[in-house]
Amino acid sequence: MAKFRKEKAQGSQQLNTASLPDIVFMLLFFFMVSTSMKEVEMMVRMRAPEATELSKLEKKSLVSYIYVGTPLNPRKYGSEPRIQLNDSYETVDGIGNYILQERESMKESDRPKMTVSIKADHDVMMGTITDIKQALRKAQALKISYSARKKAEVK
Amino acid sequence: MAKRATPEVNAGSMADIAFLLLIFFLMTTTMDTDTGLSRMLPPMVDAKQDDAPPINKRNVFVVLINAKNQLLVQGEWLNIRELKDRAKEFIENPADNEHLPAKEMVDVPFFGEYPVSKGVISLQNDRGTQYQQYITVQNELQRAYTELRDELSRRKFNKKFDELSSEEQDAVKMIYPQRISEAEPKNVGGKK
Repeated sequence: MAKFRKEKAQGSQQLNTASLPDIVFMLLFFFMVSTSMKEVEMMVRMRAPEATELSKLEKKSLVSYIYVGTPLNPRKYGSEPRIQLNDSYETVDGIGNYILQERESMKESDRPKMTVSIKADHDVMMGTITDIKQALRKAQALKISYSARKKAEVK
Repeated sequence: MAKRATPEVNAGSMADIAFLLLIFFLMTTTMDTDTGLSRMLPPMVDAKQDDAPPINKRNVFVVLINAKNQLLVQGEWLNIRELKDRAKEFIENPADNEHLPAKEMVDVPFFGEYPVSKGVISLQNDRGTQYQQYITVQNELQRAYTELRDELSRRKFNKKFDELSSEEQDAVKMIYPQRISEAEPKNVGGKK
C-alpha cells in the first residue's frame, strides 16, 4: 500500500501527447479526401422544394448544376427569377454553351453519364424550368435531376 | 559527448499545425451530397415530324397541373392526396379493366412470363405552375412506382426493393418500368 502510494505520488508525469499529431493527421487526411470545395458562390436565393422519394447523386464530377431563383441582390438585378451558371447570371440561351463546356471538361468515357442537376427555388414558375428543359434537350443533356430536399415526415 | 548535446526536436507544435489544417478543411468541406428526383428527358424531335406512334387512349394517364396548382387527372379534378392511389391503380390494373392500360406478356427473369402494363403517365404543366407543386406531383408519381415495386418484391422475394440484388431489381423494374412522360410544353390555362 505504502509503496503504491509512493509510486503514485512520484509518477505524476505528463500525459504522453506524442501520438496526438498522428490522430489529428488521420482526421486531417480524412477531411482532405472527402472534401470538395464549394465551387460556385450562390447568387440566387434557392430553397429546394421538398420531396420524399429522393435518390442521391453519387459522383460529383459527373454533375453540372443549374441554379434558378431570385437574385440575392434584388436592387441590382431585380426580383425576377434568374438562371445562374457557374459565377454569372445567364439567360436560357446560355445553357447550350454551358453544357457544351461542361461536357468538354469531362473525360470522354464519362460524357454519356453526365447529369444535370436543376437546383431551382421552390417558388419559381414552371415556365422557366420548361425553358431550361427544352434547352437541355436541345443540348442533348437528357439525364437530369430535380434537386430537392428531404421532406420532414408528416404523419 | 556529442550524443548528449543533441536535444530532441520539439514536436509539440506539430499538433497545432495539424489542427490548423484540420480546422481549415472542416470549414471548407461540404459533405452533403445532392439529392433529387432523377429523370430522363426525351430526345429532341423535329418540329415537323409528328407521326409519333399512336398510343391507345386507355394506356395514357394524363395529369395536368394548371397555373393555380390544381390537378386534373384523366379529365377530373383530383386532390393531390389521391393521386398516388389513382396512379397505382392505373399502373397495376388489378381487375383487367378495359379502360385501364393493356398488358403484354413479357419474359422476365425470376418471374417467368409476367403481364406487364403498357401504361404511360403523361404529366403536363402550365408555365405558371409553381415548381414546388410540380415536384410534389412528380414525387407522388414516383411514390406510386416505388410502392408497387416494394409490394412485388415483398411478395416474391420477401424483401424490400432496396434490399434486392441488382439482377432482382432489374427484374422488378422490368415489370414496373417507370414511364413518366413530361410532355412537350404547351401553354394552357391563361397567359403568363
